[in-house]
Amino acid sequence: MATMNMIQAINSALDVMLDRDPKALIFGEDVGYFGGVFRATDGLAAKYGAKRCFDAPISEGGIIATAIGMGAYGLRPVVEIQFADYILPAYDQLVSEAARLRYRSAGDFWAPITVRTPYGGGIFGGQTHSSSPEAIFTHVTGLKTVIPSTPHDAKGLLIAAIEEDDPVIFLEPKRIYQGPFDGHPERPATPWSQHPASDVPEGYYAIPLGTANVVRAGRAVTVLAYGTMVHVALAAAAETGIDAEVIDLRSLVPLDIDTVTASVRKTGRCVIVHEASRFGGYGAELSALVQEECFYHLQAPIERVTGWDTPYPHAFEWDYFPGPARVGKALKRCVEAET
Amino acid sequence: MLRNSRLSLHIPEPPARPGDRPDFRHLDLRPAGETRRPEPETPAHEMRDMPYALVRVLDEDGQAQGPWARGLPPETLRKGLEAMLLTRAFDDRIFRIHRQGKTSFFMRSTGEEALAVAPSLVLEPGDMCFPTYRNVGFLMARDYPLLDLVNQIFSNARDPLKGRQMPVLYSARDYGFYSVSGNLGSRVGHAVGWAMASAWSGDDRIALAYIGEGTTAEGAVHEALTFASVYHAPAILAISNNQWAISSFQGVAGGEETTFAARALAYGLPGLRVDGNDFLAVHAAVSWAAERARSNLGATLIEFVTLRIAGHSTSDDPTRYRPDDEARAFPLGDPVERLKGHMIALGIWTPEDHEALVAACEERIRAAVKQGESIGTLGVTKPPVGTMFEDVFKTPDWRQIRQRREVEG
Repeated sequence: MATMNMIQAINSALDVMLDRDPKALIFGEDVGYFGGVFRATDGLAAKYGAKRCFDAPISEGGIIATAIGMGAYGLRPVVEIQFADYILPAYDQLVSEAARLRYRSAGDFWAPITVRTPYGGGIFGGQTHSSSPEAIFTHVTGLKTVIPSTPHDAKGLLIAAIEEDDPVIFLEPKRIYQGPFDGHPERPATPWSQHPASDVPEGYYAIPLGTANVVRAGRAVTVLAYGTMVHVALAAAAETGIDAEVIDLRSLVPLDIDTVTASVRKTGRCVIVHEASRFGGYGAELSALVQEECFYHLQAPIERVTGWDTPYPHAFEWDYFPGPARVGKALKRCVEAET
Repeated sequence: MLRNSRLSLHIPEPPARPGDRPDFRHLDLRPAGETRRPEPETPAHEMRDMPYALVRVLDEDGQAQGPWARGLPPETLRKGLEAMLLTRAFDDRIFRIHRQGKTSFFMRSTGEEALAVAPSLVLEPGDMCFPTYRNVGFLMARDYPLLDLVNQIFSNARDPLKGRQMPVLYSARDYGFYSVSGNLGSRVGHAVGWAMASAWSGDDRIALAYIGEGTTAEGAVHEALTFASVYHAPAILAISNNQWAISSFQGVAGGEETTFAARALAYGLPGLRVDGNDFLAVHAAVSWAAERARSNLGATLIEFVTLRIAGHSTSDDPTRYRPDDEARAFPLGDPVERLKGHMIALGIWTPEDHEALVAACEERIRAAVKQGESIGTLGVTKPPVGTMFEDVFKTPDWRQIRQRREVEG
């Protein structure tokens, strides 16, 4: 066991997979000799050679397209898109090609690729380095979408993603690369080393996709969250003293529907939290599912706490970010609502 | 004094519209045998003239001329001719079948048979073709089962693609034929990635990707060319310049100012401009590029100059936007007639042989279509409905399982 922050855990997962699978390779912008702008591939080119971890042109569409071709050949490419905001030139490749290749060829070809990309705000990245685009992937049939919230999960989920024979979008909440963030930017940052989930096995382990994690058991209300917002939700529960059950979904597709419904049927209340903007967000799907699956158990309207329906504004970052105060208010409304 | 008082926007217009005489004077043609053949190991920068030349082998008398004439064995010529005739018979037959309402859609490759058939005979079994919807000749040259094509066209109970794809969007991995899609240009990068994977693995397999001249305008094509150049991918990128992208003439894709082969120059790749209706020239050019690729010298871009004789698809009416006798006026002729003339000139073929082969191809297609019809035309039979939930993922998740249950009742 070692103490790792999320970047180190991701680096360790990549290291493990390059070592275990001779067909695994990494490429992307600045990921080779330099080791990536967030250092996720630091040392891998030196350890395994440029053939296993190399730089790509600034061409997100080209990166994903060539990865699909390599996957169809029989390799297992893991590519980095430097910021999730920059994945859109590759969107056609992900939607029209990676996601449908197996289906349209009736199993002739498939794309076993993993696309790692840092997402989310809280780093003063403005509208070009802060967005949370998960819903544009979860809506695409044929893609899997995974978001870790701790170093331990990041490693186990990334290893599972790389082992998948289907394309996986692996969104990394960059605000919590170095430490868990409770949504209070005014407080000093805490490093991962003070958090139990920074205990990370050095070797191989996989966390199966589609398994949510109940990170806080409770009886009053279910909170559905992922990524950075798991920590914000925990802070809100602690600050309000509400007996919330906080579920870290970890994998949005496939979704662990059984864990979600079991919790909401128990608590009868549900608050959904994400950083992405609200309208048509992943929370809308969660809300619809909870309504469909748990309607007769619900004792209050489902609440959504999200980013606003604006681009991510640079100067108003903390007004946009759905911090613990907003989550706490929603928790209160939800537990105090009477049917 | 260059400066004008006012700017004006240039909007390309084709040289001829319906009612006009077809006009192909813009095609920079030259006689067979005239264009040089650099050795395949020549550095790209020493071949910058090639995208503006034209590789032609067959002259007007059916004789093979010049350095690109490689003396193909008679059985290769016969095989090529048969595959082209089979393609044409298939296209004609299915086009009529579509008129009868037995399928939803169809696309013919009439006039472009040589550029799909000859490369199929050049590529080896481990190689991979990343085709467009107008390359069925590639499969014909490899004896792909005709019945499987027909079943795919009908989306019937024995459709190898389980009723998921529009007609002609085939996939045939075992025949080195990648999954076709209706999106344009989005698989050129796959071909480059596939070729990179071969080189990465130390294998000797190469990739061949096709696009049309219209698709060269897609960003994905330029991304793919960048990767092909940067990583020396062992790939052949073929542009079928058939003059028309639905109703847009090649000038709308940028063909007025330069050749499509010359797109190679900016990437430091060799670019060949080839008579696409000349089976021998196509074969020689692709063999040359394949030799380069297998020698670790990287990718080649090839423009095949040809003509889309048929409409874009069964949903298209080309009489609305182009002269209706372009095929007769096209200076590069018909690929089938030209190979036939060559074989007759060689003394290995007779008009009677040809007639017999045409009849045999038509009969084989007729038999395959009849068999396919007995399995079911569109909507008459289908694969089991539950199979539409398969292959979304390797293993279905709860959504496909639940929805399949709902559909199956």
